Amino acid sequence: MITGNIFSQFFGSSPVKPLQQHMYKVYECSKQLIPFFEAISKEDYEEVKRIQELIGDLEHDADVLKKELQLQLPKSLFMPVDRRDLLAVLKTQDKIANKSKDIAGIMLGRKMRLPAPLDKVFLEYVTQSVETSKQALKTVNQLDELVETGFSGNEVEFVQSRIKELGHLESENDDLQIKVRASLFEMEKDLNPVDVIFLYKIVDWIGDLADLAQRVGNRLQLMLAK
Amino acid sequence: MDHMTVYLVLAGVFGFFMAWGIGANDVANAMATSVGSKALTIKQAILVAAIFEFTGAVLAGGEVTSTIRKGIIDPALLIDNPEFLVYGMLSALLAAGIWLVAATRMGWPVSTTHSIVGAIVGFAVVGIGGDSVKWSKIGIIVATWVISPVMAGIISFLIFRSVQRLILDTKEPIANSRKYAPFYAFATGFFMALVTLFKGLKHIGLHLSSWQNILIAIAAGIVIALLAKLYISKIKIDPKADKHFHFTNVEKIFAIPMVITACAMAFAHGSNDVANAIGPVAAIFSFVQSGGEIAAKSSIPSWILLLGGVGIVAGLAMFGHKVIATVGTGITELTPSRGFACVLAAATTVVIASGTGIPISTTHTLVGAVLGVGFARGIGALNLGIVGKIIISWIVTLPAGAILSIIFFFMFKGMFN
Repeated sequence: MITGNIFSQFFGSSPVKPLQQHMYKVYECSKQLIPFFEAISKEDYEEVKRIQELIGDLEHDADVLKKELQLQLPKSLFMPVDRRDLLAVLKTQDKIANKSKDIAGIMLGRKMRLPAPLDKVFLEYVTQSVETSKQALKTVNQLDELVETGFSGNEVEFVQSRIKELGHLESENDDLQIKVRASLFEMEKDLNPVDVIFLYKIVDWIGDLADLAQRVGNRLQLMLAK
Repeated sequence: MDHMTVYLVLAGVFGFFMAWGIGANDVANAMATSVGSKALTIKQAILVAAIFEFTGAVLAGGEVTSTIRKGIIDPALLIDNPEFLVYGMLSALLAAGIWLVAATRMGWPVSTTHSIVGAIVGFAVVGIGGDSVKWSKIGIIVATWVISPVMAGIISFLIFRSVQRLILDTKEPIANSRKYAPFYAFATGFFMALVTLFKGLKHIGLHLSSWQNILIAIAAGIVIALLAKLYISKIKIDPKADKHFHFTNVEKIFAIPMVITACAMAFAHGSNDVANAIGPVAAIFSFVQSGGEIAAKSSIPSWILLLGGVGIVAGLAMFGHKVIATVGTGITELTPSRGFACVLAAATTVVIASGTGIPISTTHTLVGAVLGVGFARGIGALNLGIVGKIIISWIVTLPAGAILSIIFFFMFKGMFN
């Protein structure tokens, strides 16, 4: 007589924890770019390869988490947040991991180098980008508190301040990008032109990391506004 | 006279079986939140449920029982063939019981209440004639099946909003939950006592004035509020626990009102659902007691309410722990603050229905209450598919119960006549 209790079937599995786990994985993945760039500047390509593989693995793990979460969100699910907003956050988070993997992949593949003093500004720039995705993680981690309070009151203000902070970090990142471009511009005539083209590309992509992290915040903002 | 004994024994057995099934399955919904959040152990939950289901059934189960017994069909039309009532009630019990077992096996969200009402209407229409059914009363009952989840939803929405306003959205949620939780406990105790006193206690011969009722209800509320305060003061606040999730300690405090509302829910459930099992038994008993006549007026003897109460407790004791454990692990999303809001809303709705004598589905009411908190954006994810399933089960259960009971009606008629 004990089969299928409707009352327990009524509760779907909350998407909040999986979304946070995914963002954590994404952050772990992007964080590896710091040791990766350190290894690049030391031209220790064995270490570069090891970290590139690690980044690949973490990106893959994030992908698995993403697919799992997508599968557990049938259209009949009634959630405190819009399903589309949630999927948009998830997609944006995932792009951070993808971008990290792209950066690592191309830098390893082309055995790219960062001649001094370029290495220092690059490292600062990457670290700041990773910091932005850390802030995105912190913001996403606040989602369970938002559900607990029913998306109202102090908690909303708190999350909004985090999203604002995310915006600040992103604009700091923009400033750093200008600095990096300037240093690269000064050195470019002494470097191999093809390498320079790719370095500019990497500069763009690192900026994209921060951009994406900020976009995670914007998507969360939409959830608050509902 | 020999037949009479057979009728009574069969009625007792079927009724007990039905009550047993209700105890085994449905009680879990009330207690599972408390077990799931570890506020109660399974053993404690079963003990608490047994006590409150039993008192609910015995103290406040009378009104709904008499509706099932004589509110749906008009016994006056059975003067010519009084034993038809016995066949009918026996087949209604059997039909509802079998339909429940079959539907539960298939995982359909059917309700005991709907099955028994469908079955009674079924045998009445075919065995006695369409005129014998009090269609206006049926209209009210069916309307209440829609109204009760909606009402529970609105109440739970409002309770949850008040919890947000007074506790969760404030700067000091821990201090405020300590402060306001006893008031919620008071409201629970006061309301349950009030409805029971006004509607339930007639059959045990207690006649009190309205003022006396209100005073006793206030006293009951105060006692429960003080108990809540006492237990809450014993809760140790662990600031470290709030680091990862800011409301861990608040939820710990809410465990107390949640357990109190679970008791109220068990009480309400006993007061409403036990009637599904023993209403038909009471009808048969009054027939046998009056020596084969349809007694126009007779009160429900306490032993029949006891039979229902004991049946529920037996089912709970035998299977309850498994179901409570299963449901408890399935509804971890329903944390104490929400569990309390939902269960209080559902219990209130059910107790009002019990007082008015209307049989409703406690589970569907609870589902409505959960949806209310969902609308207040308080629950991670709800499967709306279940709501569709419930509506389909309404549409299917009434004819299914009716057809089965018609078959059994002719079977009993052939056997005894």
